Amino acid sequence: MSEQKHAGINLKNKDRDTHQQAESPLFGFWVFMMSDAVIFALLFATYGVMMHNTAGGPGTHQSFELKSAFIETVLLLVSSFTFGMASLSMKYRPERLRHLVGWLIVTLLLGMTFLGFELHDFHSMAGKGAVPHRSGFLSAFFALVSTHGLHVASGCVWTIIMLIQLGVFGLSDQVKTRIMRLGLFWHFLDIIWVGIFSVVYLQGLL
Amino acid sequence: MNASPLWHFFFGELNYNSLPFYSPIATIGAGAEVFGALAAIALITYLGKWRYIWKEWLTSLDHKKIGIMYVMLALVMLSRGVIEGIMMRTQQAMAINNPGYLPPEHFGQLFSTHGTIMIFFMAMPFLTGLINVVMPQQIGARDVRFPLLNAISLWMTVAGAGMILISLVIGKFSTGGWSGYPPYTELHTMPSVGPDYWIWALTLSSIGTTLTGLNFAVTIYKERAPGMSFFKLPLFTWTSLCTSILMIFAMPPLTVCTLMLALDRYADFHFFTNGMGGDMMNYANLFWLFGHPEVYILILPSFGVFSEVFATFSSKRLYGYKSLVIATMVIAVLSFTVWLHHFFTMGQSAGVNAFFGIATMLIGIPTGVKIYDWMLTMYRGRVRLTTPMLYSVLFMVLFVIGGLTGIILATPPVDFQLHNTTFLVAHFHNMLIPGTLFGMLAGYNFWFPKAFGFRLNEALGKLSAWCFGIGFVLAFFPLYFTGIQGMPRRAQEIYNPAFAPYMYVAEVGAVILGLGLFALIAQLLVSLWQHKRTRVPLGDPWDARSLEWWSPCPAPEMNFYTVPKVHDRDQFMWMKEHGSAYVLPDKDAYEDIQMPNNSATAVVMGAAGFVGAFGLVWHIWWMAILGLVVVWGAVIARSFITHTHHTISADQLRDQHKAWLDKVAAAQPVSRDHETDPTNQGLAEVAP
Repeated sequence: MSEQKHAGINLKNKDRDTHQQAESPLFGFWVFMMSDAVIFALLFATYGVMMHNTAGGPGTHQSFELKSAFIETVLLLVSSFTFGMASLSMKYRPERLRHLVGWLIVTLLLGMTFLGFELHDFHSMAGKGAVPHRSGFLSAFFALVSTHGLHVASGCVWTIIMLIQLGVFGLSDQVKTRIMRLGLFWHFLDIIWVGIFSVVYLQGLL
Repeated sequence: MNASPLWHFFFGELNYNSLPFYSPIATIGAGAEVFGALAAIALITYLGKWRYIWKEWLTSLDHKKIGIMYVMLALVMLSRGVIEGIMMRTQQAMAINNPGYLPPEHFGQLFSTHGTIMIFFMAMPFLTGLINVVMPQQIGARDVRFPLLNAISLWMTVAGAGMILISLVIGKFSTGGWSGYPPYTELHTMPSVGPDYWIWALTLSSIGTTLTGLNFAVTIYKERAPGMSFFKLPLFTWTSLCTSILMIFAMPPLTVCTLMLALDRYADFHFFTNGMGGDMMNYANLFWLFGHPEVYILILPSFGVFSEVFATFSSKRLYGYKSLVIATMVIAVLSFTVWLHHFFTMGQSAGVNAFFGIATMLIGIPTGVKIYDWMLTMYRGRVRLTTPMLYSVLFMVLFVIGGLTGIILATPPVDFQLHNTTFLVAHFHNMLIPGTLFGMLAGYNFWFPKAFGFRLNEALGKLSAWCFGIGFVLAFFPLYFTGIQGMPRRAQEIYNPAFAPYMYVAEVGAVILGLGLFALIAQLLVSLWQHKRTRVPLGDPWDARSLEWWSPCPAPEMNFYTVPKVHDRDQFMWMKEHGSAYVLPDKDAYEDIQMPNNSATAVVMGAAGFVGAFGLVWHIWWMAILGLVVVWGAVIARSFITHTHHTISADQLRDQHKAWLDKVAAAQPVSRDHETDPTNQGLAEVAP
């Protein structure tokens, strides 16, 4: 029997009730992300206002490295792709959990590598005297970029918990909606990073 | 501050000087608070009610109980806020060319806690509580969409309120006002823990409020009964929706600016410092980007209450429903375009000021539309001047005056003269007391029978409404005149004897406001004592119009026995008129339903949030980390629990429904002439 599939990611494929059951938590999570997006918008705005307040300390050219920021961007973009693969295997290969688990682990490793690079950036900036308490500009930079970093770290913790829950509960409806929300969150962070790469690194270095 | 490292590790900056023995008044205040807490604990222990309170209230996820707890919090905080207001008025009446009885620092703490309490821990919990109790029932839902999140919001707010309460006993509060402007609140100018108390209390409550807004918005979008399209939503639900949207978008700026200030104070960042590239004007923008929409978060639910009250107590359909909905939406959108009017004097160009001045005045238009709609709702209606109606009428008269002074303040050149004078104090109290407080108290009197099953005492209710009305006029109208004459706000000592008569009148007003509070408390106690004579178990004491009254009072756990099918804007009135309100439906109308189990998760998170914030305030790092770990640990642990619901069977629902309808059938309906008599059991006579 050929089964018609929904275009989106849902709990089941044709069942209206479970569709509605998944809809509200996902919608709620979209609303949460709108609120979170306001936080990032304000951090971006603050960065824009304070960009030139270097107070005689290091500016953008002395603080940033384009190469490292570019690698971070690639890592995060690829991790978004691998999460997409995880979502697809959850939809089309629910019987083979190995695929889903594998893609989630790849995503997690990419996220953690990104965090490693970011910490390395912060460390080398500190070596050049570019620390948050040096100037208003650096305060705004560290607030914006590390808020994003903290989000990515939370996303990693969340992924680990989902891996554990996949082991404990299997692909239950609850675990499924949680992974859907984690997916939204992960792609959202990717979009924020594109903003950071453009506004902070490209604007600052080019 | 010369404590040993070991002491510092365990207790941070805490020491003997943190206790409130620096002034006798602070000692008495702290003593009263500690005594009140101990008395409450002793009473509960004496009655042996700890188990009941834990099982039925603290761990409950029922939106009605959560709402009631919000309102209880609001009433407790209202008491403290009113007392502080009276203390400040007394100081200003005494301190004309003499120091009065409050030292400047204490006076500064008072206006800071008064504002913080009244906005964040009185008005916000009150409106959140009312929406919690009423909104899901108005839209025919069984609960809010995320019941556990709802409880988490409550306990985060309670934790924030706890921070404010404990700041009276341990340490001193900020003297930076409710808006906490840096650089004054930065570490160099205020090294005490005061601003830290302010920061973490607000952070906790703003997280709670953001989650509440999310929860309410999703509930209204997704959980409406079948047939309830948007233009059939009761107006209180509409205003709840607009308020929720404002919460979602306007609370993050507050979180951002308080956390930035925290980074400045704790980690030597330079967001708002003098020098080193700090920019305190950015704080003013961020704060009021929250602060102005906040004003509409506070006022819109009241507008919703008034809309319900005017229609119900005039026995008429609400006039101009669509214009009221549009006006509410317009206000919600415009509220994001006016924040700059809080700092016209900050130095931006005249063009920018003109834009924001005009945007501010525009808000008068939709608000005016509402006033006319309410008046036309009463026109030729069967008006009964019950307590909620009295509050609503007082609101209408007084609020228009406040609106007009708002138009005056919105004119930038005039604002340059009136900025930071008592004219501003008079204006915003004129909006918030008749607007927010009267609305909340009208809603409290109106929906009290829905929540508890009996009506509140009318005589004491009216007494308290008159006290609040007259007290407000006497306490704040004189401040308009002193403001025009140049009296600065927040003055601990007054150097111009010409202001003395105004201050005396204001003091009389403050005392009458205090009597209003006293009458409010007395009303609750007397009503509890008389509750056997005012019971309305059948559910409809006011011949009301919307769905929340289509169930016994108090409503059962799942709100409704069957899911209503909505045909009309005033659905319950429609059902009464069509004779279908009290008819037992077929057996297949009932279905098994799932209701959430109680959970201790939210209480634990609130307690951990409080402990963590207290650790942060006093630099007790182990305590701060412990709080954070427990908060997130509770979330993670909860996610491993799978049995979170219990079932109520269709048979149980039908039996309960039948029992209620049997009582209705046996009862005698009452006419509106006997609305406040003991004969009113909650069954209204259907108008011919």
